[in-house]
Amino acid sequence: MKHSQTFLATGAATLLAGAARAQEEALSLDDRVNAVFADVTGPYVSFIFMPFPGTDFPWIVMWLVVAATIFTLYFGFVQFRFFGHAIALVKGDYSDPNDAGEVSHFQALATALSGTVGLGNIAGVAVAVGIGGPGATFWMIVAGLLGMASKFTECTLGVKYRNEYPDGTVSGGPMYYMQKGFEELGLPGGRILAVLFAVFCIFGALGGGNMFQANQAHAQIAGIVGDYPGIITGLVFAAVVFAVIVGGIKSIAHVTEKIVPFMGLLYVGAAVIVLIANYDMIGTAFGQIFAGAFTGLGVAGGLVGALIQGFRRAAFSNEAGVGSAAIAHSAVRTNEPITEGFVSLLEPLIDTVVICTMTALVITISGQLITDPETGRFVLDEAGTAIRTVGDTSGVALTSAAFGTAIWWFPYVLAVAVVLFAFSTMISWSYYGLKAWTYLFGEGRKTELTFKVIFCVFTVIGAAASLGPVIDFSDAMIFSMAVVNIFALYFLMKLVKRELESYSSRLRSGKIQRFKAKA
Amino acid sequence: MTVKLVVGLDGQASGERALAHAQHLAGLIGDCELFVIYVIEWSPYSFQTAEENAQRHRRREEEIATATERLVDPAVAKLRTSGLKARGIVRHGDVADTLNRIAREEGAEQIIVARMSEGGFVRRVFGSSTSNLVMGAVVPVTVVA
Repeated sequence: MKHSQTFLATGAATLLAGAARAQEEALSLDDRVNAVFADVTGPYVSFIFMPFPGTDFPWIVMWLVVAATIFTLYFGFVQFRFFGHAIALVKGDYSDPNDAGEVSHFQALATALSGTVGLGNIAGVAVAVGIGGPGATFWMIVAGLLGMASKFTECTLGVKYRNEYPDGTVSGGPMYYMQKGFEELGLPGGRILAVLFAVFCIFGALGGGNMFQANQAHAQIAGIVGDYPGIITGLVFAAVVFAVIVGGIKSIAHVTEKIVPFMGLLYVGAAVIVLIANYDMIGTAFGQIFAGAFTGLGVAGGLVGALIQGFRRAAFSNEAGVGSAAIAHSAVRTNEPITEGFVSLLEPLIDTVVICTMTALVITISGQLITDPETGRFVLDEAGTAIRTVGDTSGVALTSAAFGTAIWWFPYVLAVAVVLFAFSTMISWSYYGLKAWTYLFGEGRKTELTFKVIFCVFTVIGAAASLGPVIDFSDAMIFSMAVVNIFALYFLMKLVKRELESYSSRLRSGKIQRFKAKA
Repeated sequence: MTVKLVVGLDGQASGERALAHAQHLAGLIGDCELFVIYVIEWSPYSFQTAEENAQRHRRREEEIATATERLVDPAVAKLRTSGLKARGIVRHGDVADTLNRIAREEGAEQIIVARMSEGGFVRRVFGSSTSNLVMGAVVPVTVVA
């Protein structure tokens, strides 16, 4: 996810600030909205991101990581056993040529990835490494690998219980598997969970998936061309989003959908170049990552500090367990829902284990994090909460500076990439929100148009205003999706296990065959 | 034994020329069945939005229905009225690969296509469907000028 900043700090600060500002006479519209919103939603936001007593480890992160661990064990390390099979499915080795023209596994994966890869991989990792040190990378990879099992579980169910309509369109996602899956198991409450999930999803889509993205995109553009009113960026973004999701201007979507993967590849390629340019530092960097993972190497909070930051970054970045991917993956045409589960487990791998790790490696290797030459331990800033960096940078600026050490012009490419990533995330989340909306209010052109127009209005608000509490609330909504979704997955995972056992035995016995011969 | 010929349409005048040539050949052969094929260019590795994915099945059905109605059915009807055996097929995929695969599956003796379809840039970079077919086909290919 692209919007996980210091939730607790900002949440608490905005609560206090909101209350104080409410006393003031001359209030701007932003401030008024903030104050009212903070008062109403503050307690809920604080609850969702509440840390365990005596730590700054939010319970929601533990909720996601524990679930990922349980799914990993329950499905017998499915992410490793079926990794090769997942690659074969994406390559189309098991796709019937007569089904050509339907959504392929590759397309479903690429679409879902365009919703998750973004600002979190660039800025969020810099924050995690800046606070937790290079050791955070190790725990981030561990959490990313575990998260693959969560994705597998939710995406299998997403395809299995989607709605297929007579006109050939489909709607799927946690709402549908909660309702139908619980019914199948004879359990009560499926519909209630589904409605709850849909409500959280709508708010999450409008906020974190839309306003926050527009806001960050504006910040990026303003950083390059100089400050100007955010409403301009908002209107331009809203117009383009409107053209894509309402006007059906496919050419824009196609251009974006093509540029975003290209940007992703360019980003990883640039990271590899930086690593090659600093090849003599690779050993040291890995040494710092492993040593930091278990000792902290002097970062705030030591080993626990590194672990918290790593887990947190992975959980926030790949959305495993949130349920959003189940909506994106459910469009694929397959007789075997579990195949989409296998494909989806590649998502946390690409998002977290590859892209986030690349960012972390580049930052570590670039020498931007200042160490004490005598002790080899990191030097902390004055507050003692983060590692001191060359030029006192953090977030996107730290990543940008790290890449800039080897490729001077890359920061400009990075800025463009951030804007494009933000845009593709908005398009993806507009769909997730839409599906939740139509689940609640029914399918139909008017219902859909209503949501799409609301979405575009929120794009303008997001770019134009600095609505901290609103965005914190929408972050809380996205993680509330995870609370409901994982709760439901614990009940439904036995259905996935049934599918897994049936599919594995047919694969072993040769009943399931490749259409393409092995190269 | 019935000789099977595969004819590739492209929705343009060039496809019509291929069809006319196939009809001429079939007349000369006598016992001949023609497979009139239109391939909708499609790649499983293209990028789409989630909404496009959700509507993909419907779009696919619409694309097949349109191509069948406007191109393939009239061509098949024309061949049948002239006393020839003909079948129409519409598929999605890579044009060269799909024509080649159908020819192999149906045991066709020959594939008949016309020259040119894509524009200059695409053809320069990736080669035309026709040249790709000529290079990869498992049966003889006749390219009509």
